[in-house]
Amino acid sequence: MDLRLKIWRQKDASSQGSFETYPMEDVSPEMSFLEMLDALNKKLVEQGKEPVAFDHDCREGICGSCGMYINGHPHGPVPAVTTCLLSMRYFRDGETIWIEPWRARAFPVIRDLIVDRSAFDKIQTAGGFISVNTGGAPEANSIPVPKKDSDNAFDASICIGCGACVAACKNSSAMLFVSAKISQFALLPQGRIEAKERVRAMVEKMDELGFGSCSNTGACEAECPKQIRLTNIARLNREYYKAF
Amino acid sequence: MNKILFSSISKKFVMALAGLFLVLFLPVHLTINFMLLKSDPGPFNNAARFMATFPVIRIFEIVLISALLIHITWGITLQIGNWLARPVGYAGGSKSETAFFSKFMIWTGASVLIFLVLHFINFYFIRLGLVKGNPEDFYSVAHQLFKIPSYAIIYLACFALLGLHLYHALSSAFQTLGLNHRIWTPVVKVFAWIYAVAIPLGFAIILITIWKFR
Ligand code: SF4
Ligand code: FES
Repeated sequence: MDLRLKIWRQKDASSQGSFETYPMEDVSPEMSFLEMLDALNKKLVEQGKEPVAFDHDCREGICGSCGMYINGHPHGPVPAVTTCLLSMRYFRDGETIWIEPWRARAFPVIRDLIVDRSAFDKIQTAGGFISVNTGGAPEANSIPVPKKDSDNAFDASICIGCGACVAACKNSSAMLFVSAKISQFALLPQGRIEAKERVRAMVEKMDELGFGSCSNTGACEAECPKQIRLTNIARLNREYYKAF
Repeated sequence: MNKILFSSISKKFVMALAGLFLVLFLPVHLTINFMLLKSDPGPFNNAARFMATFPVIRIFEIVLISALLIHITWGITLQIGNWLARPVGYAGGSKSETAFFSKFMIWTGASVLIFLVLHFINFYFIRLGLVKGNPEDFYSVAHQLFKIPSYAIIYLACFALLGLHLYHALSSAFQTLGLNHRIWTPVVKVFAWIYAVAIPLGFAIILITIWKFR
Protein backbone atom coordinates (compact mmCIF):
# COMPACT_ATOMS: atom_id res chain seq x y z
CA MET A 1 0.00 0.00 0.00
CA ASP A 2 0.97 3.64 -0.48
CA LEU A 3 1.08 6.07 2.42
CA ARG A 4 1.82 9.71 3.10
CA LEU A 5 3.85 10.21 6.27
CA LYS A 6 3.88 13.52 8.12
CA ILE A 7 6.82 13.21 10.49
CA TRP A 8 8.06 15.66 13.11
CA ARG A 9 11.71 16.53 12.35
CA GLN A 10 13.80 18.37 14.90
CA LYS A 11 17.60 18.52 14.80
CA ASP A 12 18.18 18.74 18.55
CA ALA A 13 16.62 19.86 21.79
CA SER A 14 17.30 23.54 21.14
CA SER A 15 16.23 23.83 17.51
CA GLN A 16 12.76 24.52 16.15
CA GLY A 17 11.13 21.49 14.62
CA SER A 18 8.57 21.09 11.87
CA PHE A 19 6.60 18.44 10.01
CA GLU A 20 8.08 16.94 6.85
CA THR A 21 6.02 14.96 4.37
CA TYR A 22 7.34 11.68 3.02
CA PRO A 23 5.50 9.57 0.46
CA MET A 24 5.98 5.83 1.08
CA GLU A 25 5.18 3.40 -1.69
CA ASP A 26 4.75 -0.35 -1.57
CA VAL A 27 4.41 -0.73 2.18
CA SER A 28 3.62 -4.35 2.99
CA PRO A 29 0.68 -4.79 5.38
CA GLU A 30 2.75 -7.44 7.13
CA MET A 31 5.37 -4.92 8.23
CA SER A 32 5.45 -3.57 11.76
CA PHE A 33 5.31 0.19 12.14
CA LEU A 34 9.01 0.35 13.00
CA GLU A 35 9.91 -1.80 9.99
CA MET A 36 8.03 0.67 7.84
CA LEU A 37 10.12 3.48 9.36
CA ASP A 38 13.27 1.39 8.78
CA ALA A 39 12.31 1.18 5.12
CA LEU A 40 11.81 4.95 5.03
CA ASN A 41 15.20 5.51 6.66
CA LYS A 42 16.91 3.19 4.18
CA LYS A 43 15.44 5.28 1.38
CA LEU A 44 16.50 8.54 3.06
CA VAL A 45 20.06 7.29 3.57
CA GLU A 46 20.24 6.23 -0.08
CA GLN A 47 19.16 9.73 -1.06
CA GLY A 48 21.90 11.16 1.14
CA LYS A 49 19.36 12.59 3.64
CA GLU A 50 19.26 12.38 7.44
CA PRO A 51 17.28 9.33 8.63
CA VAL A 52 14.41 9.87 11.08
CA ALA A 53 15.62 9.30 14.64
CA PHE A 54 13.32 7.14 16.80
CA ASP A 55 13.79 5.12 19.97
CA HIS A 56 13.54 1.34 19.89
CA ASP A 57 15.19 -1.68 21.44
CA CYS A 58 13.41 -4.97 22.06
CA ARG A 59 10.84 -4.69 19.28
CA GLU A 60 8.66 -7.15 21.15
CA GLY A 61 6.69 -4.87 23.42
CA ILE A 62 8.66 -5.25 26.63
CA CYS A 63 11.28 -2.50 26.84
CA GLY A 64 9.01 0.53 26.48
CA SER A 65 11.39 2.60 24.39
CA CYS A 66 9.50 2.80 21.09
CA GLY A 67 6.88 5.41 21.95
CA MET A 68 5.58 7.72 19.28
CA TYR A 69 2.28 9.50 18.76
CA ILE A 70 0.54 8.18 15.66
CA ASN A 71 -2.64 9.71 14.22
CA GLY A 72 -3.85 11.10 17.53
CA HIS A 73 -2.95 8.08 19.67
CA PRO A 74 0.19 7.11 21.58
CA HIS A 75 1.46 3.86 20.01
CA GLY A 76 -1.11 4.27 17.22
CA PRO A 77 -4.82 3.54 16.99
CA VAL A 78 -4.77 -0.13 18.04
CA PRO A 79 -5.39 -0.74 21.76
CA ALA A 80 -2.91 -2.58 23.97
CA VAL A 81 0.08 -2.64 21.62
CA THR A 82 3.36 -0.80 21.55
CA THR A 83 4.51 0.92 18.34
CA CYS A 84 6.94 -1.91 17.62
CA LEU A 85 4.07 -4.42 17.62
CA LEU A 86 1.71 -2.21 15.65
CA SER A 87 1.03 -3.85 12.33
CA MET A 88 0.73 -1.84 9.13
CA ARG A 89 -2.39 -3.79 8.18
CA TYR A 90 -4.38 -1.44 10.43
CA PHE A 91 -3.74 1.43 8.01
CA ARG A 92 -5.54 2.08 4.74
CA ASP A 93 -3.96 2.42 1.33
CA GLY A 94 -3.49 6.12 0.60
CA GLU A 95 -3.77 7.13 4.27
CA THR A 96 -1.91 10.13 5.69
CA ILE A 97 -0.18 9.23 8.96
CA TRP A 98 0.87 11.90 11.45
CA ILE A 99 3.87 10.80 13.50
CA GLU A 100 4.87 12.95 16.47
CA PRO A 101 7.03 12.66 19.56
CA TRP A 102 5.47 12.49 23.06
CA ARG A 103 4.53 16.02 24.08
CA ALA A 104 5.17 16.96 27.68
CA ARG A 105 7.28 19.54 29.44
CA ALA A 106 8.80 16.72 31.49
CA PHE A 107 9.73 14.80 28.30
CA PRO A 108 11.71 17.27 26.15
CA VAL A 109 12.38 16.28 22.53
CA ILE A 110 16.00 15.28 21.99
CA ARG A 111 15.80 14.68 18.25
CA ASP A 112 12.94 13.97 15.81
CA LEU A 113 10.73 11.40 17.54
CA ILE A 114 13.01 10.75 20.51
CA VAL A 115 12.16 12.33 23.85
CA ASP A 116 14.13 12.34 27.07
CA ARG A 117 12.16 10.07 29.42
CA SER A 118 14.70 10.19 32.24
CA ALA A 119 12.05 11.97 34.33
CA PHE A 120 10.54 8.49 34.86
CA ASP A 121 13.91 7.20 36.06
CA LYS A 122 14.09 10.08 38.53
CA ILE A 123 10.67 9.17 39.93
CA GLN A 124 11.77 5.55 40.26
CA THR A 125 15.02 6.53 41.95
CA ALA A 126 13.05 8.60 44.45
CA GLY A 127 11.28 5.56 45.88
CA GLY A 128 10.40 2.85 43.39
CA PHE A 129 12.33 0.09 45.14
CA ILE A 130 12.46 -2.01 48.30
CA SER A 131 15.57 -2.03 50.44
CA VAL A 132 16.70 -5.63 50.87
CA ASN A 133 20.11 -7.16 51.24
CA THR A 134 21.28 -9.10 48.26
CA GLY A 135 22.18 -12.73 48.73
CA GLY A 136 20.45 -16.06 48.32
CA ALA A 137 16.80 -15.88 47.26
CA PRO A 138 14.51 -16.34 50.30
CA GLU A 139 11.98 -19.17 50.38
CA ALA A 140 9.08 -17.91 48.24
CA ASN A 141 6.28 -19.32 50.40
CA SER A 142 7.49 -18.21 53.81
CA ILE A 143 5.32 -15.06 53.64
CA PRO A 144 1.84 -15.97 52.40
CA VAL A 145 0.27 -13.50 49.94
CA PRO A 146 -3.41 -13.65 48.94
CA LYS A 147 -3.80 -14.68 45.32
CA LYS A 148 -5.87 -11.59 44.53
CA ASP A 149 -3.14 -9.27 45.82
CA SER A 150 -0.35 -11.06 44.02
CA ASP A 151 -2.37 -10.95 40.79
CA ASN A 152 -3.06 -7.23 41.14
CA ALA A 153 0.57 -6.53 42.04
CA PHE A 154 1.66 -8.50 39.00
CA ASP A 155 -0.75 -6.65 36.71
CA ALA A 156 0.68 -3.34 37.94
CA SER A 157 4.27 -4.53 37.63
CA ILE A 158 4.03 -5.10 33.89
CA CYS A 159 4.15 -1.33 33.25
CA ILE A 160 7.07 -0.88 30.86
CA GLY A 161 7.58 2.83 31.55
CA CYS A 162 6.87 3.77 27.94
CA GLY A 163 5.27 7.11 28.80
CA ALA A 164 2.17 6.65 26.64
CA CYS A 165 0.04 7.57 29.65
CA VAL A 166 1.77 10.95 29.89
CA ALA A 167 1.55 11.42 26.13
CA ALA A 168 -2.18 10.65 26.08
CA CYS A 169 -3.14 12.72 29.11
CA LYS A 170 -4.37 16.23 28.38
CA ASN A 171 -2.43 17.31 31.49
CA SER A 172 0.71 15.28 30.69
CA SER A 173 0.15 13.62 34.04
CA ALA A 174 2.33 10.71 35.14
CA MET A 175 -0.24 9.38 37.61
CA LEU A 176 -0.86 6.08 35.83
CA PHE A 177 2.84 5.28 35.67
CA VAL A 178 3.43 6.26 39.30
CA SER A 179 0.32 4.38 40.41
CA ALA A 180 1.60 1.22 38.74
CA LYS A 181 4.98 1.56 40.41
CA ILE A 182 3.35 2.22 43.79
CA SER A 183 0.81 -0.60 43.44
CA GLN A 184 3.30 -3.32 42.61
CA PHE A 185 4.85 -2.76 46.05
CA ALA A 186 1.88 -1.56 48.07
CA LEU A 187 0.04 -4.84 47.56
CA LEU A 188 2.85 -7.05 48.81
CA PRO A 189 4.11 -7.45 52.39
CA GLN A 190 7.70 -6.67 51.41
CA GLY A 191 6.58 -3.35 49.96
CA ARG A 192 4.58 -2.25 53.00
CA ILE A 193 7.67 -1.50 55.09
CA GLU A 194 8.69 1.58 53.12
CA ALA A 195 5.22 2.32 51.74
CA LYS A 196 4.83 5.78 53.32
CA GLU A 197 8.24 7.16 52.41
CA ARG A 198 7.92 5.69 48.94
CA VAL A 199 4.61 7.28 48.02
CA ARG A 200 5.59 10.65 49.45
CA ALA A 201 8.92 10.73 47.66
CA MET A 202 7.59 9.56 44.31
CA VAL A 203 4.66 11.97 44.25
CA GLU A 204 6.89 14.86 45.32
CA LYS A 205 9.31 14.03 42.51
CA MET A 206 6.48 13.69 40.00
CA ASP A 207 5.16 17.17 40.88
CA GLU A 208 8.62 18.70 40.88
CA LEU A 209 9.42 17.41 37.39
CA GLY A 210 6.49 19.30 35.86
CA PHE A 211 3.96 16.56 35.14
CA GLY A 212 0.36 17.72 35.40
CA SER A 213 -2.26 16.52 37.87
CA CYS A 214 -4.92 13.87 37.37
CA SER A 215 -8.34 14.97 36.05
CA ASN A 216 -9.65 11.39 36.03
CA THR A 217 -10.04 11.71 32.28
CA GLY A 218 -8.97 8.14 31.62
CA ALA A 219 -7.03 8.67 28.36
CA CYS A 220 -4.03 6.96 30.00
CA GLU A 221 -5.93 3.76 30.69
CA ALA A 222 -7.36 3.74 27.16
CA GLU A 223 -3.91 4.07 25.59
CA CYS A 224 -1.65 2.09 27.94
CA PRO A 225 -0.12 -0.78 25.94
CA LYS A 226 0.01 -2.87 29.12
CA GLN A 227 -3.57 -2.05 30.12
CA ILE A 228 -2.67 -0.64 33.52
CA ARG A 229 -6.01 0.17 35.17
CA LEU A 230 -7.31 3.39 36.71
CA THR A 231 -7.98 1.45 39.91
CA ASN A 232 -4.24 1.77 40.47
CA ILE A 233 -4.62 5.57 40.58
CA ALA A 234 -7.31 5.24 43.25
CA ARG A 235 -4.88 3.01 45.17
CA LEU A 236 -2.08 5.56 44.74
CA ASN A 237 -4.41 8.21 46.20
CA ARG A 238 -5.27 5.96 49.15
CA GLU A 239 -1.62 5.18 49.77
CA TYR A 240 -0.84 8.88 49.71
CA TYR A 241 -3.52 9.73 52.28
CA LYS A 242 -2.27 6.93 54.50
CA ALA A 243 1.19 8.49 54.39
CA PHE A 244 0.04 11.73 56.01
CA MET B 1 4.73 18.77 55.64
CA ASN B 2 4.18 21.79 53.43
CA LYS B 3 5.12 19.78 50.38
CA ILE B 4 2.64 17.08 51.27
CA LEU B 5 -0.18 19.58 51.92
CA PHE B 6 0.36 21.37 48.63
CA SER B 7 1.10 18.40 46.39
CA SER B 8 -1.10 17.81 43.36
CA ILE B 9 -2.83 14.87 45.06
CA SER B 10 -3.55 16.85 48.23
CA LYS B 11 -4.99 19.72 46.21
CA LYS B 12 -7.25 17.30 44.37
CA PHE B 13 -8.26 15.74 47.69
CA VAL B 14 -9.30 19.10 49.11
CA MET B 15 -11.08 19.99 45.87
CA ALA B 16 -13.00 16.72 45.96
CA LEU B 17 -14.09 17.19 49.58
CA ALA B 18 -15.03 20.82 49.05
CA GLY B 19 -16.85 19.88 45.85
CA LEU B 20 -18.86 17.14 47.53
CA PHE B 21 -19.84 19.60 50.23
CA LEU B 22 -21.08 22.03 47.58
CA VAL B 23 -22.95 19.15 45.94
CA LEU B 24 -24.79 18.48 49.21
CA PHE B 25 -25.93 22.07 49.36
CA LEU B 26 -27.64 22.07 45.97
CA PRO B 27 -30.68 19.92 46.93
CA VAL B 28 -31.21 22.14 49.99
CA HIS B 29 -31.26 25.25 47.84
CA LEU B 30 -33.48 23.57 45.27
CA THR B 31 -36.01 22.57 47.91
CA ILE B 32 -36.26 26.16 49.10
CA ASN B 33 -36.57 27.39 45.51
CA PHE B 34 -39.60 25.18 44.95
CA MET B 35 -41.42 27.46 47.40
CA LEU B 36 -41.12 30.17 44.74
CA LEU B 37 -43.90 28.35 42.89
CA LYS B 38 -46.40 29.14 45.62
CA SER B 39 -48.41 32.29 45.05
CA ASP B 40 -47.87 33.23 48.70
CA PRO B 41 -44.42 34.80 49.18
CA GLY B 42 -44.49 33.85 52.88
CA PRO B 43 -42.98 30.37 52.96
CA PHE B 44 -40.08 31.25 50.65
CA ASN B 45 -39.22 34.47 52.47
CA ASN B 46 -39.46 32.70 55.82
CA ALA B 47 -37.15 29.96 54.63
CA ALA B 48 -34.73 32.59 53.32
CA ARG B 49 -34.85 34.41 56.66
CA PHE B 50 -34.35 31.15 58.54
CA MET B 51 -31.28 30.37 56.39
CA ALA B 52 -29.92 33.85 57.06
CA THR B 53 -30.37 33.82 60.82
CA PHE B 54 -30.28 30.29 62.25
CA PRO B 55 -26.86 29.94 63.96
CA VAL B 56 -26.09 26.37 62.81
CA ILE B 57 -26.79 27.41 59.25
CA ARG B 58 -24.54 30.45 59.64
CA ILE B 59 -21.64 28.12 60.47
CA PHE B 60 -22.64 25.91 57.57
CA GLU B 61 -22.57 29.02 55.41
CA ILE B 62 -19.01 29.91 56.41
CA VAL B 63 -17.89 26.37 55.59
CA LEU B 64 -19.75 26.56 52.31
CA ILE B 65 -18.15 29.82 51.21
CA SER B 66 -14.71 28.55 52.26
CA ALA B 67 -15.29 25.33 50.34
CA LEU B 68 -16.26 27.35 47.31
CA LEU B 69 -13.21 29.60 47.50
CA ILE B 70 -10.76 26.75 47.99
CA HIS B 71 -12.38 24.69 45.25
CA ILE B 72 -11.98 27.62 42.85
CA THR B 73 -8.43 28.49 43.94
CA TRP B 74 -7.07 24.95 43.70
CA GLY B 75 -9.02 24.33 40.51
CA ILE B 76 -7.41 27.29 38.79
CA THR B 77 -3.95 26.53 40.23
CA LEU B 78 -4.06 22.92 39.05
CA GLN B 79 -5.40 23.91 35.66
CA ILE B 80 -2.55 26.36 35.08
CA GLY B 81 -0.06 23.65 36.05
CA ASN B 82 -1.76 21.28 33.62
CA TRP B 83 -1.56 23.77 30.77
CA LEU B 84 2.11 24.36 31.50
CA ALA B 85 2.76 20.62 31.55
CA ARG B 86 2.15 20.46 27.78
CA PRO B 87 3.73 23.46 26.09
CA VAL B 88 3.43 21.98 22.57
CA GLY B 89 0.26 20.22 21.46
CA TYR B 90 -0.35 17.48 18.91
CA ALA B 91 -0.89 18.27 15.23
CA GLY B 92 -2.75 15.00 14.80
CA GLY B 93 -5.14 15.93 17.60
CA SER B 94 -6.02 13.77 20.55
CA LYS B 95 -8.29 10.87 19.72
CA SER B 96 -8.00 8.86 22.92
CA GLU B 97 -11.17 7.57 24.49
CA THR B 98 -11.86 9.72 27.54
CA ALA B 99 -14.39 10.88 30.07
CA PHE B 100 -15.51 13.63 27.69
CA PHE B 101 -16.70 16.31 30.12
CA SER B 102 -13.51 16.07 32.17
CA LYS B 103 -11.84 18.12 29.45
CA PHE B 104 -14.00 21.16 30.08
CA MET B 105 -14.16 21.32 33.87
CA ILE B 106 -12.37 24.65 34.00
CA TRP B 107 -14.84 26.17 31.51
CA THR B 108 -18.02 24.66 32.93
CA GLY B 109 -16.68 25.68 36.35
CA ALA B 110 -16.01 29.20 35.10
CA SER B 111 -19.57 29.58 33.83
CA VAL B 112 -20.91 28.47 37.20
CA LEU B 113 -18.67 31.08 38.79
CA ILE B 114 -20.03 33.79 36.50
CA PHE B 115 -23.52 32.77 37.51
CA LEU B 116 -22.56 32.85 41.19
CA VAL B 117 -21.24 36.39 40.86
CA LEU B 118 -24.57 37.42 39.35
CA HIS B 119 -26.43 35.52 42.05
CA PHE B 120 -24.38 37.09 44.82
CA ILE B 121 -24.99 40.60 43.48
CA ASN B 122 -28.74 39.96 43.31
CA PHE B 123 -29.23 38.21 46.64
CA TYR B 124 -26.30 37.43 48.88
CA PHE B 125 -24.69 40.87 48.86
CA ILE B 126 -28.05 42.43 49.62
CA ARG B 127 -28.33 40.23 52.66
CA LEU B 128 -24.83 41.18 53.73
CA GLY B 129 -25.77 44.81 53.20
CA LEU B 130 -23.13 45.30 50.50
CA VAL B 131 -25.70 46.08 47.83
CA LYS B 132 -28.92 48.02 48.29
CA GLY B 133 -32.19 46.08 48.20
CA ASN B 134 -34.89 44.61 50.40
CA PRO B 135 -33.56 41.44 52.07
CA GLU B 136 -37.04 40.72 53.43
CA ASP B 137 -38.58 40.03 50.04
CA PHE B 138 -36.33 37.82 47.92
CA TYR B 139 -39.49 36.18 46.60
CA SER B 140 -40.38 39.24 44.51
CA VAL B 141 -36.75 39.78 43.51
CA ALA B 142 -36.60 36.22 42.15
CA HIS B 143 -39.93 36.56 40.36
CA GLN B 144 -38.85 39.81 38.74
CA LEU B 145 -35.49 38.46 37.66
CA PHE B 146 -36.96 35.27 36.18
CA LYS B 147 -39.14 37.37 33.90
CA ILE B 148 -36.20 39.22 32.35
CA PRO B 149 -35.49 37.14 29.20
CA SER B 150 -31.70 37.78 29.15
CA TYR B 151 -31.43 36.80 32.81
CA ALA B 152 -33.55 33.71 32.25
CA ILE B 153 -31.40 32.59 29.34
CA ILE B 154 -28.14 33.06 31.25
CA TYR B 155 -29.71 31.22 34.18
CA LEU B 156 -30.73 28.24 32.06
CA ALA B 157 -27.42 28.09 30.21
CA CYS B 158 -25.40 28.19 33.44
CA PHE B 159 -27.46 25.42 34.98
CA ALA B 160 -26.99 23.27 31.88
CA LEU B 161 -23.22 23.78 32.18
CA LEU B 162 -23.42 23.09 35.92
CA GLY B 163 -24.97 19.74 35.00
CA LEU B 164 -21.98 18.89 32.80
CA HIS B 165 -19.65 19.95 35.60
CA LEU B 166 -21.52 17.87 38.17
CA TYR B 167 -21.56 14.76 36.04
CA HIS B 168 -17.79 14.44 35.83
CA ALA B 169 -17.25 15.96 39.27
CA LEU B 170 -19.27 13.36 41.13
CA SER B 171 -17.68 10.27 39.64
CA SER B 172 -14.25 11.87 39.65
CA ALA B 173 -14.40 12.96 43.31
CA PHE B 174 -14.73 9.39 44.54
CA GLN B 175 -11.76 8.25 42.45
CA THR B 176 -9.70 11.17 43.81
CA LEU B 177 -10.63 10.23 47.37
CA GLY B 178 -9.37 6.74 46.58
CA LEU B 179 -12.86 5.29 46.85
CA ASN B 180 -12.95 2.89 44.01
CA HIS B 181 -15.00 -0.26 44.06
CA ARG B 182 -15.95 -3.02 41.67
CA ILE B 183 -19.65 -2.64 42.40
CA TRP B 184 -20.02 0.86 43.85
CA THR B 185 -18.05 2.81 41.24
CA PRO B 186 -20.54 1.98 38.44
CA VAL B 187 -23.39 2.80 40.85
CA VAL B 188 -21.81 6.19 41.59
CA LYS B 189 -21.55 6.85 37.84
CA VAL B 190 -25.26 6.18 37.34
CA PHE B 191 -26.08 8.32 40.37
CA ALA B 192 -23.88 11.09 38.93
CA TRP B 193 -25.92 11.02 35.73
CA ILE B 194 -29.22 11.20 37.57
CA TYR B 195 -27.99 13.95 39.89
CA ALA B 196 -26.43 16.00 37.09
CA VAL B 197 -29.70 15.96 35.17
CA ALA B 198 -32.16 16.24 38.06
CA ILE B 199 -30.67 19.20 39.93
CA PRO B 200 -30.31 21.63 36.99
CA LEU B 201 -33.65 20.43 35.65
CA GLY B 202 -35.29 21.26 38.97
CA PHE B 203 -33.94 24.82 38.94
CA ALA B 204 -34.88 25.20 35.29
CA ILE B 205 -38.46 24.00 35.80
CA ILE B 206 -38.99 26.59 38.52
CA LEU B 207 -37.69 29.37 36.32
CA ILE B 208 -39.67 28.30 33.25
CA THR B 209 -42.90 27.94 35.24
CA ILE B 210 -42.56 31.43 36.67
CA TRP B 211 -41.32 32.97 33.42
CA LYS B 212 -44.13 31.52 31.30
CA PHE B 213 -47.08 31.05 33.64
CA ARG B 214 -46.91 33.70 36.35
S1 SF4 C 1 1.36 2.89 32.75
FE1 SF4 C 1 1.16 2.03 30.68
S2 SF4 C 1 1.37 3.80 29.34
FE2 SF4 C 1 2.17 4.42 31.32
S3 SF4 C 1 4.35 4.01 31.24
FE3 SF4 C 1 3.40 2.18 32.12
S4 SF4 C 1 3.02 0.85 30.36
FE4 SF4 C 1 3.42 2.88 29.51
S1 FES D 1 10.91 -1.47 21.07
FE1 FES D 1 10.73 -2.34 23.06
S2 FES D 1 8.63 -2.02 23.49
FE2 FES D 1 8.77 -1.37 21.45
